Amino acid sequence: MSKTRSTPHLGLVPRLLLGISLLVVSGLASADYALNFQKPVTAIGHKLLELHNLIIIICVVIFVIVFGVMFYSIFAHRKSRGVKPAKFHGSATLEVVWTIIPFLILVAMAVPSTATLLEMDDVSKSELTVKVTGYQWKWKYDYPDQDVSFFSNLATPRAQIENKEKKGEHYLLEVDNPIVLPVGKKVRFVVTANDVLHAWWVPALGVKKDAIPGFVNEMWAKIEEPGIYRGQCAELCGKDHGYMPIVVQAVSPEEFDKWVSVQKDQAAKAAADSSKTLSKDELIERGKKVFATTCAACHGPNGEGVGPFPKMAGSKVANGPLPAHINIVVKGKPGTAMAAFGAQLNDLDLAAVITYERNGFGNKAGDVVHAKRIPG
Amino acid sequence: MATAHHDEHPSGIMRWLTTTNHKDIGTLYLVFAFTMAIVGGIMSLVIRSELWQPGLQIVDPHFFNQMTTVHALVMIFGFVMPAFTGLANWQIPLMIGAPDMALPRMNNWSFWILPFAATLLMLSLFMPGGGPAGGWTLYPPLNVQQSGPGVDFTILSIHMLGISSILGSINIIATVLNMRAPGMTLMKMPMFAWGWFITAFLLIASLPVLAGAVTMLLTDRHFGTHFFDAAYGGDPVLFQHVFWFFGHPEVYILVLPAFGVFSTIIPTFARKPLFGYETMVYATASIAFLSFIVWAHHMYTVGMPLQGELFFMYATMLIAVPTGVKVFNWVSTMWRGAMTFETPMLWAIGGVFIFTIGGLSGLMLSITPADFQYHDTYFVVAHFHYVIIGGSVFGLFGAVSYWLPKWTGHMYNETLGKWHFWLTMIGFNLTFFPQHFLGLAGMPRRIPDYSLQFVEFNQWSTIGAFMTIAAQLIFFYYAMQSIRAGQKATSQVWEGAEGLEWTVPSPPPYHTFATPPKVK
Repeated sequence: MSKTRSTPHLGLVPRLLLGISLLVVSGLASADYALNFQKPVTAIGHKLLELHNLIIIICVVIFVIVFGVMFYSIFAHRKSRGVKPAKFHGSATLEVVWTIIPFLILVAMAVPSTATLLEMDDVSKSELTVKVTGYQWKWKYDYPDQDVSFFSNLATPRAQIENKEKKGEHYLLEVDNPIVLPVGKKVRFVVTANDVLHAWWVPALGVKKDAIPGFVNEMWAKIEEPGIYRGQCAELCGKDHGYMPIVVQAVSPEEFDKWVSVQKDQAAKAAADSSKTLSKDELIERGKKVFATTCAACHGPNGEGVGPFPKMAGSKVANGPLPAHINIVVKGKPGTAMAAFGAQLNDLDLAAVITYERNGFGNKAGDVVHAKRIPG
Repeated sequence: MATAHHDEHPSGIMRWLTTTNHKDIGTLYLVFAFTMAIVGGIMSLVIRSELWQPGLQIVDPHFFNQMTTVHALVMIFGFVMPAFTGLANWQIPLMIGAPDMALPRMNNWSFWILPFAATLLMLSLFMPGGGPAGGWTLYPPLNVQQSGPGVDFTILSIHMLGISSILGSINIIATVLNMRAPGMTLMKMPMFAWGWFITAFLLIASLPVLAGAVTMLLTDRHFGTHFFDAAYGGDPVLFQHVFWFFGHPEVYILVLPAFGVFSTIIPTFARKPLFGYETMVYATASIAFLSFIVWAHHMYTVGMPLQGELFFMYATMLIAVPTGVKVFNWVSTMWRGAMTFETPMLWAIGGVFIFTIGGLSGLMLSITPADFQYHDTYFVVAHFHYVIIGGSVFGLFGAVSYWLPKWTGHMYNETLGKWHFWLTMIGFNLTFFPQHFLGLAGMPRRIPDYSLQFVEFNQWSTIGAFMTIAAQLIFFYYAMQSIRAGQKATSQVWEGAEGLEWTVPSPPPYHTFATPPKVK
């Protein structure tokens, strides 16, 4: 670098800084980065985005003014330029001005915020109610008026999470049974939890509420266009907090009605199934599937146990007396993450999974449990 | 010196175990804090390494959650709080012309609780069931559910850390009220002492509340009290209210002493008095007051009544006013000064810059409806690291580089000081600025694995984190160098520095101001 006046005192550090910022800018320009909210699909979502953009602009303007002044001062008022320091150490007028102006800006921000909050708070005149319940680590959706109810589990294969398989496009944001909602209708969500805190959040819908065991929270959304909208649990809920996504499938009201009737048929078929008596092999086969969706998160896909959670292979419970085994699966173990699965699975699935646990993983208990042995 | 016999004290390990000298205790606190910063920093590298790419690579999710939890507890209770107590110990007596802290024996005790508390916290990681994995906020029911003694160890450790901080605070209040040199009225007191004086009240008012909350958690875990169990008439949200009644003032506990540092360093290197000293004091006091009536903005999504959400939104927005006043006053202090940019000044300006970004994102978070989108995402992670690293940690490095020549009697290597600043500044921004975007685009916090659209920014973040932690080795090196040798420091050290600490030699004798100085 020649010693011209165009680059005064540019030391190694500022040069490094310049290099890195150029790199950052070019990096930003070349990749497809998401920098702001996902595209909203509800009226509230649009308002939140507008509000967010408004306050971000106000903040950026304040930032530029304050640091514009500061960096001008850093440039102009430096000892190396031979300036003499001024002596002033206060100005009542200035200090009053910069107390009042920020206050007025805050009032200007509070007005649209209050209006949006009031609108979000109004859950009246809803046309459909869905109860959302958080479980470790899945969601349950109940449509009380349609008499439909199901669990929604992560659908991403374990092999993708463990890097044994290429990750799919919707890695960690895909479920077996999405929540289906009609577009153009005001849907009221009542949110609660079964075990610990969770939070139901779908960014595109502009909704997030904590799911709290023993309490019911409400919120609403009116989706404008059909589509698939994805979200995640937002409140730390233990080991698999990162693995309980939400997938909303918004459809036309006609398709929604059709979906409801299909769900009802399936429920009736499942109820008929659960009174059937299966053979040992059929039970084990069925139990294996139940274990994979319901138990594997803690007890391991191959029954090896995960972290502090007990192994299935050689387990004292699975090789011990049958009534105790049924009891812990159906009623859970209070004070631990072992939930009462009697409330989550039908009798046939419970019987199947217990049979599988007593015969699989090299366990030698050997018993066959039929649905009618399940209490209650 | 007439009081030469006071200089006789045990040497070796007994000097440090039995010392009641504010300078020795200050050093102990600072060494302890730096050690904990390294421990917490390594944990952050475990977190960032796992987040380098989607999928599970290095740790399992349960251990990942332990890392996020213990990283936060170590950094807050083990690093930042003890580091500022160390600064208070070294500097408040020197700045107000006192011979020592008001309660020197208690001072020894309040330090020596810390290593045991930290050991207890670290041991929790090796217990069956692992360390606390439910987040540093320790929310029930998750933290009641977790089996093994890890959470119990953490609760007892928090009790000990809390006792230590309360004792330290009592000592600071007693020192400031009783030990100021003749002529030094409260409104002539250096801003660093003011910042700490107000912080000490915040600590005394908020830490017992935390102690209550975690004790209720402990009895829920073991003695069947069900304070937070809805099935038995308890309320899980009650814990959050009580926790954040402590937790919000805690943020100001971490930053107000650093504000005092900025108000000390900026006038020195602008060679011009602090702009609006009195408003600075009143602004600090207003922030402290407001910090007690805004706690529920950490929990807008729990389903509070509308009136509650509006109140907490308006109250939180108000904090921007006194905070703004402080920033404007710092800029006005620089205005038409004659500035030089030695290492401490870089930290002060950098700290104000970073903290202001965090303050503005805080203003965004105060807006309840918008917060429904930001809450529990990486936007919040970015926000509080901007506030706490910009506010507290930059203030801390500013303070140490400002007073290090006074403490050791040697100037440190200015080039290394600048390298440390710039690498930290770049590394920090590379780590945390992209996290704003991650949060806005929908990445929740506290997850060990993420969907594919978040890869690039997470990789920036991981690179930045390694750079930031590596840069701290430079600090360690130049601080050690300055302790051992280096150009002799004058008692004035910095051309524009004012205050009683610059009237004593560098390094100061073991006992200073045995005869109180006169302040005009």
